Amino acid sequence: MSEGAKKGWTRREFFHGVGAVSAACAVGGMAANALAAEEAAVDMGPIIAEAMGSKDVTADAAVKAELPEKADNATLVRVPVKIDHPMDAKNFIQSVGIFVDNNPKPQVAVFEFTPEVGKVDFEVRIKMAKPSKVRVIAKTNAGKLLGLEKMVDVAAGGCA
Amino acid sequence: MADIGEPKVKVPSAPAKAGDIVQIKTLINHPMESGMRKDDKGEVIPAHFIEEVTVEYDGKTVLKGKWTAAISKNPFFSFSLKASKTGPVKVSWKDNKGGNFTASADLTVG
Repeated sequence: MSEGAKKGWTRREFFHGVGAVSAACAVGGMAANALAAEEAAVDMGPIIAEAMGSKDVTADAAVKAELPEKADNATLVRVPVKIDHPMDAKNFIQSVGIFVDNNPKPQVAVFEFTPEVGKVDFEVRIKMAKPSKVRVIAKTNAGKLLGLEKMVDVAAGGCA
Repeated sequence: MADIGEPKVKVPSAPAKAGDIVQIKTLINHPMESGMRKDDKGEVIPAHFIEEVTVEYDGKTVLKGKWTAAISKNPFFSFSLKASKTGPVKVSWKDNKGGNFTASADLTVG
């Protein structure tokens, strides 16, 4: 058996268990409330500034994320991110933040990159408490923030 | 639920050429509890989640992630990496209760 085959695991194994949700989820008062999406939006400026060093984000097509219009499983929303930007020593993407405005804690994750990755192309799965704007913000090593934002509906709350 | 841990790192099975961008996939069993949920007795389930992920390639840190409990349970994380030479891709996950997990796989370049 080849080294690769030994280390490999099937797609089925890979995703096994990932979608399991505790039945206790709805008990804690975090169930989705469709009306909540209509509430006044959180002031994301300070949250973004805290995580990314500035709140001045410019929408930029270089930031790509194939987010669903509606997520069937709010505890498992795929966030595949690609940034079309050089990754060389003098000009690279230093960090990428993922934010969900309507989550109790909007900052979901912040990644720091080095030019050694060659390209920023990654995927995580996230929880969403209710329908929300999802933001992906990339910071260049010069400190410029490039962003993408999209409304993502969810079928039911993700107890985030 | 499956035990916490069982971290996995998967690199391409075929050797890469120097300069190729390859995709690395990782997976770990972890509850990613937010501390905001209650069990069926109404007791708060304590927060227990991975808060830091670090990727080292050939001994050098190339990428880090600061996570929160809004990352899904049993986190899947994939990322790109530029192949330069044969060496280990080591991934470490640290949780808020002092849990520390690592897994490694050799990326073959040649």
